[in-house]
Amino acid sequence: MDRPSAKRHETSEGQDGALIRFANVSKRFSLEGGEMTAVSDVSLDVRGGEIITLVGPSGCGKSTLLNMTAGLFQPSEGTVFYEGKVLSGLNLQVGYMTQSDHLLPWRTVFGNIVAPLEIRRMGKAAARERVESLLETVGLQGFGGSYPNQISGGMRKRTALARLLAYDPQTLLMDEPFGALDALLRLRLQVELRILARRLKKTVLFVTHDLEEAVALGDRCAVFSARPGRIISIVTIPLPEDRDLMQLRYNADFTRTCADLWSLLSSELARSGT
Amino acid sequence: MKIAALRLLVLVLLLGIWEFASGRLVSAFFISKPSSIGAKFWSILIDGTLLRNMGITASEAVTGFIVGGLAGAIVGLALGRSVTLAKVFDPFITAFYSMPKVALAPLFILWFGVDFQMRVLFTAVIVFFLVFLNTYTGVRNVSRELMTVFRLMGARESHLARMVVVPSAITWVFAGLRLSVPYALIGAIVAEIMAGNSGLGYMVEHAAAQFDTSGVFAALLGVMILALALNLAVKLLERVLMPWRDAGEQREVTV
Ligand SMILES: Nc1ncnc2c1ncn2[C@@H]1O[C@H](COP(=O)(O)OP(=O)(O)OP(=O)(O)O)[C@@H](O)[C@H]1O
Ligand SMILES: [Mg+2]
Repeated sequence: MDRPSAKRHETSEGQDGALIRFANVSKRFSLEGGEMTAVSDVSLDVRGGEIITLVGPSGCGKSTLLNMTAGLFQPSEGTVFYEGKVLSGLNLQVGYMTQSDHLLPWRTVFGNIVAPLEIRRMGKAAARERVESLLETVGLQGFGGSYPNQISGGMRKRTALARLLAYDPQTLLMDEPFGALDALLRLRLQVELRILARRLKKTVLFVTHDLEEAVALGDRCAVFSARPGRIISIVTIPLPEDRDLMQLRYNADFTRTCADLWSLLSSELARSGT
Repeated sequence: MKIAALRLLVLVLLLGIWEFASGRLVSAFFISKPSSIGAKFWSILIDGTLLRNMGITASEAVTGFIVGGLAGAIVGLALGRSVTLAKVFDPFITAFYSMPKVALAPLFILWFGVDFQMRVLFTAVIVFFLVFLNTYTGVRNVSRELMTVFRLMGARESHLARMVVVPSAITWVFAGLRLSVPYALIGAIVAEIMAGNSGLGYMVEHAAAQFDTSGVFAALLGVMILALALNLAVKLLERVLMPWRDAGEQREVTV
């Protein structure tokens, strides 16, 4: 819990140039007969171009935090800043790949991916070319003409991912995007995501339940407590920028960081009794 | 194949029992019998009266169907999109919806007389309500999350309407249309029975008035055929306008 690197980072944050800043953010939801605190006093600065992974027990408010970043609702207390401005209303700088895929059932895979490009009024030919290359990126060549109800859950996720990448937002909010995929494909997409994010200088908030994924992908990893979700630690991943994801399992820093995250989380789980 | 054979067997059995019972267990005056119904059907088919009257009923039902369906879809979309309008009209809609529309027939006769126009309007009103209500609830149930995801992509209201609301409404419009087929026929036929001098409803009524039971059954057979044809037409239209539906049906069922 008191890893020096985590400490160091928590204090060095908040000086300058944070793209997204959560300042003492809490969110309560009103339920019948009372209120429920989903997120409690979260402070976190996300620099532009950084990949932050979020891990924590189910129901600790990870999705809630992404929702606030997208501007779907305001925090009950505290403030979310985006590019130094207080967020109010929808945040059109972010692309959001939600936990459920939210594809249009009446459009084919191709039609779904091209939708954001239609909104941007991209020319037909250019849009087609872009979608074709995205289909290849996510491994869906040949499925452009299928409807979402004809393809598997993992393929639907990949369609949603391709749609997210199609419209090229500044910040990517990704809520367990690779959860339903097999190990090999997941690794391929992780590699692709890190390369793309680095090359295009994307800022990424990435929620996952897979600790190895959190370490492999992240520059930093925010570990949440059980509900009400607080950040119990922000771990800086001691891996190089251009890490080779394929070779990570033999990397001592990688395995050690995974073990650290695991001990953080397991003591949290033991404490909350889940 | 086996199923088809069994079905045929059931049909033959039923007709056989009917044929046998007629005149022996129940007076043929009330239930006629398949052989004379067949003969009657054949004769009205040959001399063209069946097709002529069927054509009249069909054009009433189809015109009413189209007019009522279009109006229902448009008003349903409009009301479904506007929260205020929906709130204002809600109690009126519920009140009107719970009334059996057939009770309106005399009023329509009073207003529009007994001709084609009245029967079409009457059918249209019935179809309107079914399609309207389905579209309206459908539009109100368009996933708000889905809309938000598209708003985050920068979609404006016009994009949302074109990409999300209208396509999902189509599903509901068709649910309403499918429900409406029997009601459109009921509308047309009730109107003909009450105030007609042509159409299948008139044929039924006319034959009954002359105690011609075979004639009644033969005309009812015509009604049945028309209903099946209309159902088939809606299904085909559905397949053309909603290809994604079809794609889903080809999948084996999974849970
Ligand atoms: N719109 C909402 N209205 C009411 N309660 C909500 C809403 N969104 C989330 N919650 C509640 O807030 C808590 C946190 O939910 P959230 O979805 O953020 O958890 P999570 O960390 O993403 O969990 P998981 O890992 O299972 O996805 C939950 O108890 C949930 O029921
Ligand atoms: Mg979640």
